[in-house]
Amino acid sequence: MTTHLPVGFLPLIDAAPLIVAREMGFDRAEGVTLDLRRAHSWSALRDMVSFGQVMAAQMLAPMPVATALGLSGAGGPLAAVAVLSTNGEVIGVSRRIEERLRANGHGFDFHDAHAAGLALIAAANGPLRIGVPFPFSMHAELLYHWLTALGLPAPAGVDIRTVPPPLMAAALAAEELDAFCVGEPWGSMAVENGSGALLLPGAAIWPGAPEKVLGVRADLADTAPEPLCGLIRALWRAGEWLADPSHRTSACAMLSGRDYLEVPDEVIDRALSGHLTITPRGDSRSVPGFVDFTRYTPQPQHAAWIGTQLAARMGLDRASARAAAMATFRTDLHSQIVHAIPGHQPRPSGFARSFDGQDFSAVLPE
Amino acid sequence: MQRRLKITIVESDPARAALIEQSLLRAGEYELTTVTDMTRLTASIAAHNPDIVLIDLDNPSRDALEALTLASAPLERPVALFVDQSDADLTRLAIEAGVSAYVVDGLRADRLKPIIDAAIARFSMFRQMRTELATTKRALEERKVIDRAKGLLMKAKGIDEDAAYNLLRRAAMDQGRKVIDVAEALVSTAGLLS
Repeated sequence: MTTHLPVGFLPLIDAAPLIVAREMGFDRAEGVTLDLRRAHSWSALRDMVSFGQVMAAQMLAPMPVATALGLSGAGGPLAAVAVLSTNGEVIGVSRRIEERLRANGHGFDFHDAHAAGLALIAAANGPLRIGVPFPFSMHAELLYHWLTALGLPAPAGVDIRTVPPPLMAAALAAEELDAFCVGEPWGSMAVENGSGALLLPGAAIWPGAPEKVLGVRADLADTAPEPLCGLIRALWRAGEWLADPSHRTSACAMLSGRDYLEVPDEVIDRALSGHLTITPRGDSRSVPGFVDFTRYTPQPQHAAWIGTQLAARMGLDRASARAAAMATFRTDLHSQIVHAIPGHQPRPSGFARSFDGQDFSAVLPE
Repeated sequence: MQRRLKITIVESDPARAALIEQSLLRAGEYELTTVTDMTRLTASIAAHNPDIVLIDLDNPSRDALEALTLASAPLERPVALFVDQSDADLTRLAIEAGVSAYVVDGLRADRLKPIIDAAIARFSMFRQMRTELATTKRALEERKVIDRAKGLLMKAKGIDEDAAYNLLRRAAMDQGRKVIDVAEALVSTAGLLS
C-alpha cells in the first residue's frame, strides 16, 4: 500500500526529477504514489501548496524566500526541502537586437557572459526591457546580478518585467521586449517559432545557481512525515538516473508525453544534452552542465544570497531578511534523509563562482 | 453613499467573461471592466485602476499580476492576493473553485464578501464543466487508440473484435498496465513496422 501524493508542476524541463520519479516507479519503491498535477502559473502552484490542494510543488528557488519576506502570496510560510535543478535558464534576444548585435560584431559564442552582457547593453536603445516568468525567480536575480556587475544601473538602466512565457514570443514580435530569460523548453521554442535567438545560458552567469526547488508548507517540513521523506528519496534516485547520459533518450520520451510537456522529444533533448540551437537559421552551441539534477541539497548560502538581493531591491532590512531566507532552505532535513539511503555517495559540492568572481557564501554572517 | 467598487475581470473567453459579469451584477452594483487581451493586461489594469481584479487561478497571466502586487512605482496602488486573515476559509474556497482575487489594500471584508461569493459560485461551475469536458475528450481519444489497436490485432491474427479486445485486456492485466497504455504501445510500434 502506497501513500497517494498530489504534487504540482509546470511543464518545463526541470520538472524532470518529478516526472522521472513517477515514470520509473522510484516513487512507489519509496512507498508513495505521485499524482502529478500540471499547472500554468507559479502563483497557482504557490497557492495550491499554501491552501493544501497539493502536498508539494515545483517552485522557483526564490519563491519560499519571497513568501518568508512577506512579498509573495497570502498563505503560510513555505520551505524548500530539495533542489530539483540548478541552472537551465537561457537568455534570448529579439530578432532586432540579434541583428544589431551581429552588426556590432558580436559572435554569439554562448559562453562569455562578460562579452555578451556588454554587447547587449550596447545594442539596447534606451533601458533594456527583459521579460522573466515571475518576479521572484533566479531568472530575475541572475539578470540583475549580471547587468549591474557590468555597470548597468538597476532599475534605471534595465526594466525587468514579468511576462508569462506563452506570451513572450508575441511581446518580442511587438517590440515590447528586447530580451528574455526563461527556462527550457521556452528558449528553444522561441528559436523554433522564429521569434528570437539565444544569447547566453544562465550557467555562464553563475554555474550551480539553484533554479527549481521542491516547495512545501513550512509546518510540513517541520514534522517531515514519512511520505515526504519518501518523495525526497525518490527525487534523489531520479536525479542520479538523469545524470547517466545513456538514459537521455528515455528521459526525453517521458518528458514529451501528453501528460507532461507536450513538445517534441528533439526539443527536450537540446536542454538535456546541452546542445542548443541558438538561431532560427540553425546555428548550434554546446554547453557542458547546461542543467544539473544532482545538486539536491538546499544550500544555506544560496538562500542567504537570494534573501539579501530581494531585501536590497525592496528596501527591507538585510540582516533579518537573510535570516528569514535561510530558515526556508531545509539543508539539515535533506542531508539527513539522503545520507541514510543505502549506497548513497555524496557528490563533491561544486564551489561555484559567478562570471565576475562572486561567491554565494560572501553574504553569510561571520 | 459609498462609491461603487471597480472590478476588473481578466478572462480571454468573452462568453465566460459575460457570465462572470452577470453573476457579479446580481450580487450588487459595481463598475465592471473586462480584459480579454492578455498582452495588454498590465496596461489595461493601470488604466482602469480597479479595486479588485478577478482572474482564473490557473491563468498563466496571473504571474504578471503578481508583479503588480509589489507596487514599486509611486502611482501604483498596493494590491494583495485576497486574504482576510479572519476569513481564511473564504480564500480556501476561492482557490478550490479556481478563482483568485487581487484586492487593493484596506478594502473592507464586508464589501468584498458578496463579490467573492458570487465569483466562487460562477468559477465552481466553470471548473465542473471543464473537468467534464476534459474527461469526455480523453475518453474519446482513448477509444480511438484502442479501436486502432484492435484493428491491428484483428488483421494480424485473423481474430474478431471481441477476441482482439480480450487480448489487449489480458496483456494489460499481465503487465499491470492500463488497456490504453498497451494499445498506445501497440499502435506506435506498428507505425514503425509499416
